[in-house]
Amino acid sequence: MQDSMKVCTGNFGKHAQSIDAYKKLGGYSTISKSLFEMSQFEVIDRVQRAGLRGRGGAGFPTGMKWSFVPRNTGKPVYIVVNADEGEGGTYKDHFLLLEDPHRLIEGLIIAGWALGARTAYIYARGEFLPCIESVNKALNEAYAAGYLGENIMGTKFSFDIFVHRGAGAYICGEETALINSLEGQKGQPRLKPPFPAVAGAWASPTCVNNVETIMSLPWIFSHPVEEYTKMGTPRAHGTKVFCVSGDVKRPGLYEAPLGTPLMEMLTSEEYCQGIIGNLKGVIPGGSSCPPLLPEECQNATLDYECMASLKTMFGSGAIIVFNDTHNAVDILDVLGHFYSHESCGQCTPCREGTGFAKRVLDAIMRGEGHDGDIELLQGISAGFGGTTICPLSISLGGPLNVYTRKYRADFEEYIAKNPNHAE
Amino acid sequence: GEIAPLLETAEVKIRIADLLSRYPVAQGALLEVLWVAQDAIGWLPHEAIRWAADVCKCSAAHAYGVATFYTMYKHAPTGRFLLQFCHNISCHLRGAESMLQYARRVLDLKPGETTKDGLFTIVEVECLAACGNAPAMIVNDDFATNVENGELTLKPG
Ligand SMILES: NC(=O)C1=CN([C@@H]2O[C@H](COP(=O)(O)OP(=O)(O)OC[C@H]3O[C@@H](n4cnc5c(N)ncnc54)[C@H](O)[C@@H]3O)[C@@H](O)[C@H]2O)C=CC1
Ligand SMILES: Cc1cc2nc3c(=O)[nH]c(=O)nc-3n(C[C@H](O)[C@H](O)[C@H](O)COP(=O)(O)O)c2cc1C
Ligand code: SF4
Ligand code: FES
Repeated sequence: MQDSMKVCTGNFGKHAQSIDAYKKLGGYSTISKSLFEMSQFEVIDRVQRAGLRGRGGAGFPTGMKWSFVPRNTGKPVYIVVNADEGEGGTYKDHFLLLEDPHRLIEGLIIAGWALGARTAYIYARGEFLPCIESVNKALNEAYAAGYLGENIMGTKFSFDIFVHRGAGAYICGEETALINSLEGQKGQPRLKPPFPAVAGAWASPTCVNNVETIMSLPWIFSHPVEEYTKMGTPRAHGTKVFCVSGDVKRPGLYEAPLGTPLMEMLTSEEYCQGIIGNLKGVIPGGSSCPPLLPEECQNATLDYECMASLKTMFGSGAIIVFNDTHNAVDILDVLGHFYSHESCGQCTPCREGTGFAKRVLDAIMRGEGHDGDIELLQGISAGFGGTTICPLSISLGGPLNVYTRKYRADFEEYIAKNPNHAE
Repeated sequence: GEIAPLLETAEVKIRIADLLSRYPVAQGALLEVLWVAQDAIGWLPHEAIRWAADVCKCSAAHAYGVATFYTMYKHAPTGRFLLQFCHNISCHLRGAESMLQYARRVLDLKPGETTKDGLFTIVEVECLAACGNAPAMIVNDDFATNVENGELTLKPG
């Protein structure tokens, strides 16, 4: 893709971290009198017409979410940027923050104006110290330049942005856990509804958006809406930042239009330049998404609808590739360890079920599996559906069900290693 | 005892005042205030957790619950170099296991342990959001990526 059509990564490698460099590259052009002459309704309408969908994984339409934020409740409206990125294979936000922190600030000012917010928090995972430094430096520059603080550009609009550092808990990426963590509590999810847009941080209307979602706004507001909607598919406009890892020749971050064929991403010169070894499976959107078999990859396109039709998820754009030197039992065991470790413990099916699945998988790995273990794992998976507060349980449940079906032979081979497997 | 002076410096006082001004309720600052204490002391002794509870106007029981929920708060001193090895999926696919085995062998440690000279602690951690440059690890606060046995390339990010 041409840099000028890249919505989020156009400044990568151009040393855009300082405000002067960012402005020379066209930055902050949307923060002008004409933005503040638009009504909140007009700003939200523009995001809706662009068709921007949340980039944190669920793909919920951003403009629609903003339109749910109630006005004039007498309570402040908060914006929270979700920079807790922790789903295995996902690393786009990390580099977006490092490479182009001012774009996030510019996007937040647009969002702040649209929502009538006075305060935004950037919730950054605890390990992201280099990102936090990059963002804090940019924030200081933006305050000094008058883009943040009191009465921005002589308007009545005042807006502050603070970084809030997490302390190590994957579950805090779930938006209601994140809000509890922001309030100084354990990061345990809350039941939805009420959705945060209505009652979030300190029971105030709160809009939680992913880093990439907010960073899409400056491009959308500096180009005609049709420029954005003509990229992508009819139901998913624009581009997506894909992060590819695993057995490919050139893993990395690639921004591409939604709807790009999966095999083009994996094999073309522009992107990953080919697979290492014989393809065995592709996890399309982060570790919680069920894998695709090689034959399913052939006609797959990178968008929400195609992935749903293949009974998996588009997720966060984290594409993880594995070849036939890897065993599905081993991969599922890694996921079992991860999700059981990260369960916050509130719901019995999740707390007990993820740990139980992990122990069954560990036993199979050690050559102590039994006939029936495959069905046992599938039964644990079935027990998660609709029984827990948040979807962390089904983040393991989906893989438990699908790996054991698509790679059943791997499991049977391991179970047969136990001389007493039929007992 | 020895801890109080570390938390009563002018620098800490300025940081605390700034942090408290950022949230509508003092308790919002709790995670950040625990970080301030851990930065000053190197880990979180009981006294520091109680101090954070006072600063954030919440109960000590609440602050203990929070301090033990998150994995990055330390409840005992660690070695001067804390080596955090990612063992999540992308790193696992690209050889994280053999990297950890190498470190275990060279340092003669199990994950969670510290060398007798107090220099190195090794731990296994979850995805560090550096999966394109797997295997990845963090040494103290710095990311190290594309790590191979016996060689660490240290670079920010
Ligand atoms: N980026 C990462 O590191 C990770 C991403 N994920 C992704 O997270 C996704 C699940 O996230 P959830 O927040 O549970 O999805 P969700 O579908 O419940 O919500 C998505 C967004 O839309 C909002 N929303 C939905 N319906 C609404 C309504 N009626 N009114 C107001 N707001 C509404 C929610 O508040 C939320 O902000 C998964 O698809 C997964 O891909 C999961 C783990 C890590
Ligand atoms: C277990 C779990 C972890 C999540 N982690 C993240 C995350 O790290 N980053 C993120 O943006 N969204 C994450 N989400 C999704 C958020 O709950 C929420 O949907 C998202 O931040 C909304 O922003 P968006 O609409 O801009 O995508 C997670 C969801 C779940 C269930
Ligand atoms: S499903 Fe798991 S992680 Fe989510 S709230 Fe329940 S116990 Fe916590
Ligand atoms: S899996 Fe190791 S950094 Fe993501």
